[in-house]
Amino acid sequence: MIALNHYLVLSAILFAIGTAGVFVRRNLITILLSIEIMLNAVNLTFVAFGRALGAADGQIIVFFVMTVAAAEAAVGLAIVIALFRHRESLNPDSFTALKW
Amino acid sequence: MGSDLTFYLFAAIAIAASLLVIAQRNPIYSVLLLIASFGALSGLYVLLDAPFVAVIQIIVYAGAIMVLFLFVVMLLNASHEETEYDERVHPLLQAGPMRFGAFLAAALMIELVWALMKGGGESGAFPGKAVSGVKEIGQLLFTDYAFPFEVTSILILVAMVGAVVLARRETHQ
Repeated sequence: MIALNHYLVLSAILFAIGTAGVFVRRNLITILLSIEIMLNAVNLTFVAFGRALGAADGQIIVFFVMTVAAAEAAVGLAIVIALFRHRESLNPDSFTALKW
Repeated sequence: MGSDLTFYLFAAIAIAASLLVIAQRNPIYSVLLLIASFGALSGLYVLLDAPFVAVIQIIVYAGAIMVLFLFVVMLLNASHEETEYDERVHPLLQAGPMRFGAFLAAALMIELVWALMKGGGESGAFPGKAVSGVKEIGQLLFTDYAFPFEVTSILILVAMVGAVVLARRETHQ
């Protein structure tokens, strides 16, 4: 029988994968994709809890998270384009101008 | 029992696709695999009696945000490693794998249609009644959550202006 725990465990696994992606990959676009994986893991938690509590609030928060994710993707990709124009590279290690 | 199996199927697809997303060298494959992961998550939302979230997951996430990513990946042409060579010799671009892919796409569509037709009935061990109608969600969104909803529109406006300003090519004259 599938209970709330199953969904929470799946969400935790997905969040861990996303976190690992942010740390492991050396490509700005893949890092943004890993952030999307993490946002989706959190969305799954919201919907699962909302279903367990019998409330619609979880689904509404998912709606807002998706809006924020769309805004984040648009601005993040614009920054990636601007950075690529300057350095011809997507490796985050090549953007160290602000590093002390 | 059937919904248990469906859960494990979708969970396995989501985990496998997400793992492959961070294992790929070519960002285009990463984006396409992430779309597969989002499709599996959408199936899980159907299992959780949230058809509205399932549909906007497909339309907004897989349909809009991922297309934006794909645009940028192709615009930057970031994967410099021999794309023409890939198209001719790549093992996934032969006739057999492509037919298999088409079969998988058809199977996914049939599963999604079946899951949506089944409607919100059994959902495993979850007690209580599910709030799954678009009407209830809309009513809550425009009463209790009216202020955050309006703030969201400002957020999108700011993001739009910010994206245009950041990605604009500077003209020096």
